[in-house]
Parts: sequence; structure tokens; C-alpha cells
Amino acid sequence: MKKVIETKQITKNFSLGDVKVHALRGVDLTINEGEFVAIMGASGSGKSTLMNLLGCLDQPTSGEYFLNGIPTGNMTKNQYADIRNQNIGFVFQGFNLLPRTTALENVELPLLYDRNNRIQNPMDQAKKSLIRVGLEDRMNHEPNQLSGGQQQRVAIARALVNNPSLILADEPTGNLDSVTSVDVFSLFQDLNDRGITVVIVTHERDFAKYAKRIVEVKDGLIVNDYQVEHRSIAKKDLAEIKKETTETVTENNS
Amino acid sequence: MKSKNLFKVAFKSLLKARMRSLLTTLGIIIGVSAVIIMVAVGEGAQREIEEQINSLGSNLIVIFPGASRSGGVSRGAGSFNRFTMKDLEKIEEQATLIKAVSPVVRSGGQVIGGGTNWNTGIYGVSPSYLEIRDWELEYGEIFTERDERSRSKVCVLGSEVAENLFPNQNPVGEMIRIVNTPFKVIGVLKEKGQSAMGSSNDDLILAPSNTVLYRLSGGRYIHFIYASASSLEKIDAAQEELRQIMRAAHNIDFGEDDDFTIRNQTEITEAASESSEVMTMLLGSVAAVSLIVGGIGIMNIMLVSVTERTREIGIRLSIGARGSDILIQFLLEAIVLSLIGGILGILISIFTIYLLNEYSTLTAELNLFVVAFALIFSGFVGVFFGFYPARKASALNPIDALRYE
Repeated sequence: MKKVIETKQITKNFSLGDVKVHALRGVDLTINEGEFVAIMGASGSGKSTLMNLLGCLDQPTSGEYFLNGIPTGNMTKNQYADIRNQNIGFVFQGFNLLPRTTALENVELPLLYDRNNRIQNPMDQAKKSLIRVGLEDRMNHEPNQLSGGQQQRVAIARALVNNPSLILADEPTGNLDSVTSVDVFSLFQDLNDRGITVVIVTHERDFAKYAKRIVEVKDGLIVNDYQVEHRSIAKKDLAEIKKETTETVTENNS
Repeated sequence: MKSKNLFKVAFKSLLKARMRSLLTTLGIIIGVSAVIIMVAVGEGAQREIEEQINSLGSNLIVIFPGASRSGGVSRGAGSFNRFTMKDLEKIEEQATLIKAVSPVVRSGGQVIGGGTNWNTGIYGVSPSYLEIRDWELEYGEIFTERDERSRSKVCVLGSEVAENLFPNQNPVGEMIRIVNTPFKVIGVLKEKGQSAMGSSNDDLILAPSNTVLYRLSGGRYIHFIYASASSLEKIDAAQEELRQIMRAAHNIDFGEDDDFTIRNQTEITEAASESSEVMTMLLGSVAAVSLIVGGIGIMNIMLVSVTERTREIGIRLSIGARGSDILIQFLLEAIVLSLIGGILGILISIFTIYLLNEYSTLTAELNLFVVAFALIFSGFVGVFFGFYPARKASALNPIDALRYE
């Protein structure tokens, strides 16, 4: 199996005034191609920090991080930018879409920063990506005209548009209600089924069971790492929720 | 990133934040047009005063009777001397740097003609007076040396006098009575407007100096001598030459003060140009304030939008934009806004200057140096304050830029 992510004793310190915060205190983590990993932990456990390091949005204080087998420690800022652009799709809790910009333009944006011009027609590629997340009828809506779930779908479409091998999502359902969250997870499961490696940070056990593997983080260290035995299928859950809702509605009507 | 894409991103970003773009442009427009218009009005006024100075005459030198006070203590009223025709003859004989000289004998009184009457000043001058003052005739002609010698009763009317005595007609050939002496009108002067000294150059009558001297004023004294230097460069030399001739004519010993005052046209109008310089400085400082206010407006908009823009920069960095992509985008945005604002400002000021010149009494003159300066200044402010925060933000880690509050 090919190693997509491999970290060796990475640490990360922040200084808040005089106080030094050790957010990560030596994390060894290996994720293979095709895995679906949920990173769990309480708030302040360091899981988001780990995610930012994995996404090359931030650099570790010490330790080594190999992405697709390549060491990232001595890379320049521009090389990090190119990795973010071409190898990783990042989904944020707060969506981070450009305001006053249509869904289509938001999704197209990473392609405009692609120096290799791998995609000939950015607009078509962005449309395909939006169709893939089920937003074909919302392409020309701006973020403030979309629901939270739809905005997160736009963000996922943006993460997908460059055909990355790895998708990282930091609490992607943190701002969404539970039905919409299940819906978003079904999308991630769908992407994972097509061979994309997915790593999701969440603090809800209910959602972690959609992953194949769970990594628990506490006080900047990995305390538990195991495969999920009875994996839930989000699509099935969604169908059941819908059925229940329909039944409730029918009951109310009768 | 391809440059085509960079332009696309920059223009989209400008169009998306219309209000911000508009306010930034407005600051530049106000700054640029205020400076250009203010300076144009100031320079227009200065030019007008220059023209008035030139309207005094060509290379004019005036000799007044009476002691100069500039050399020290005044010699007082007792030393007051007037000029005679002999002084004039000496000048005509000896002066080499003078192209024309004329006496001025002042008289005045009631003028009757054309069935009405008018009170005005009568100036006895020689025929070269028109050349000295750079005046022109509307109708008829000026009197000749022969009229001068024979003390002919002929005269040339100023345009205001002609208009009052003979409205809407050519008075050449008409007879008028100046203080009971009949005169024949042989010419009318062109309208000249106010003189630099505030008096009208149109409300007067010119007649041969000998005629005025012997038939009207009844004396033998000349009030002023007007002369014209042969060129502007020689005006100081000519003034000194005239001074020496006059000193010799009046038998003034070496070391004694002059009993006359001699001035040339630049000295006469020094006071006038001084006040215009004060006005230009005043307008200039108002313009400088406008430019600073415009600059502060640009700065405010740019700095206030920095929170929103830092997040935007974070988003762009997180999806793979390089720091240089961000910098070029912001630089392009700032340049486009500054250029549009600058061009609009120039167009507005050109239009305003046109309106001022056409529909107001103000004269305004476009100064290309100021146009360039205003454009460069506001462009610099716009680019600097648009670019500087972006430069700071693009150096951040994407995650820090995203968290910026």
C-alpha cells in the first residue's frame, strides 16, 4: 500500500504571550492510499493543528512530514502553495468561500492558480465538480444565497476540482444540522469509494463511525488508533431519516 | 499563474467590491482635480496680472517730478520741481537707448459735444505717446508733429468719452468744446479696460502737448515724462541714462539727491504682482490640503478593508495561490483604481477649467506639471496603501491569514 501521509514525531508549539503552548507533542501517523480516517478529540486536543500541518497550511516546529513519500521539511513557501493547489483538497468548518462570488467562480479559483495548467478548460472542470456534489442548479448563486449544507458542498467541489489524491476536512459538519451533516458524510464516503484518501476531523462519535479508521488525539498525542468494525453507511442512514420524516408527516396528516 | 488569469482575478475582485472601488476612486478624483483646478486658477490670475503689466506700455519708463525717497531722507515739498519742454528736448537730443519719448501735460474739465457734456481728463502728449503706451486707434488718426508745433486744436477721444458724447457713431470730424475751447476730433482710441492701477484708460482725451500747455493749462510745466526703452533688456540702462541726462539738465551736483523720481514698468507693478503671488500661495496651500485629504480618504478605505481582504488572502493562499500571485493581484487592483481615478480627476478638472474660462470672470490655466504631479501623488498613495497591507498579509501562513480578525 502506498503511504499518502507519514509523520515522524511532529511537534507544534505556539507562544501566546509568555506562555508556550505545546499543541502537538510528537505525533507518528501513517495513512495509506484509499483510507477514510476520522481524527477525534476534545477541543484543544491538537486535532485541528495536526490537520493544518497535514494540509501544508502551517509548518511543524520539529519532526518530519512526508506527503506521498516526499519530505516537506525543506520546502519553500511557493512549493507549499503548489502542493496545496495540486495534491490536497482542504475543506474548512467555516466553508471559507469568497463572498459576492458565485459558486462556479469559487470552484474555478484553484484552477486559476494552477501553474501547470493541467486542466484545459477551468470553467467546464468547475461545472463537473459542482455536478459531482449535486449542485448543478445552484452554480450561479453566491454564498449568501446558499444554505450551510450547500455552501459546504461548494467548498467540497472546490477541494475536488484539481483532482487531488487527498481530501482533508476540518470539522466539515461543525456548522451544519445533523441531517445535512449525514448528507455531507455520504458525499465523503462516495468520494472515498472512488479511491480518494479522506481525512476528517470531528468530535462527534456518531459521525466518526462513517470512517474506516479512527485516530483519537488527546493533549497533543495519539492515544488510540483503530479500525471501525461496524462501519455505518451514510446513504442508508439518510434514506432511513427521510423515511421516518415522511412517516411522521403521514401520521400527522392522517 | 498565467498573467491572463491574474488580470481576470484582479478585475473580478474590483467589480465585486463596487463600493470600496468607488470610494477609493473618489478619493483620487477629489485629490487630483482639486489640485489641478486650484493651481490653474492661481496661475490664471497671475497671467492676467502679467498681461495688465504689459498693457502699461512697451518697455515703459516714467519720470515723476519730486525727490525720490528711496535714497534717504526726502528733501521735502520745497524742493519740488516740475519739468519743462527743455528737459524733454535734452532727452530727445542725448538719449541713445530710448526709442520714443513723450511729455504728459495733465489738464481736465467739462467737455461739451454731441449735444451733451462729460467731465474728463485732458492729456497733452506727443504723437509717439500711442507707441509708448502700446495703444491703438479705433477710428481716425493721431495728430502729427506739425499739429504739435502749430498748437492745433485737434484731439483723440478715449473710447468711454466717445461713447458718452457720441453714442453709437463715429465722432471723427465732429467738433467738441473743451473748457470753452473748440477742438476737432480726429481719432478715437480702442477700448482698453481698467489699468493695473485701477483707473480707466478709456476715460480721457489726448491732444498735442503744446496745445494743452498753452491753450488749456496756461502754464509751462510738464507733469510727467513717458519714455520707451529700445528693448526690454536695455530698460535698466535706459533708465540710468535718463537719470544722468535729467541730473545734468537740472544742474544737480555729484552727491546730491535727484529732484525727480524715475521708475520703469516692472517697478511700478511690483506691488500688484506681490499680491498675486500671495493669492497663488494661498490657492496652492488649499490645493495641498485637498490632496492630503484625498490621500487620507484613499488610505482609510484601503486600511479599513484590510480585515475582509486578509481573510480573502487566506482563502486564496489555502487553495494554492503563491504570495507573488496575491501581490500582483493587489498591485494590479491598486494601479487600475488609481489610473481610473486619476484620469477621471483630470477630465473633471479640464471640464471645470473650461467652464471657469467660459462662464466666469476667473481665468484658469492648465499646468501640465501639476497634472503629472497630482496624478503621481494620488497614484502613489493608492498603490502604497492598497499594496502595503496585502504585502503583509501574503507573507502570513495561510492559516494565520484565515484567522485574522
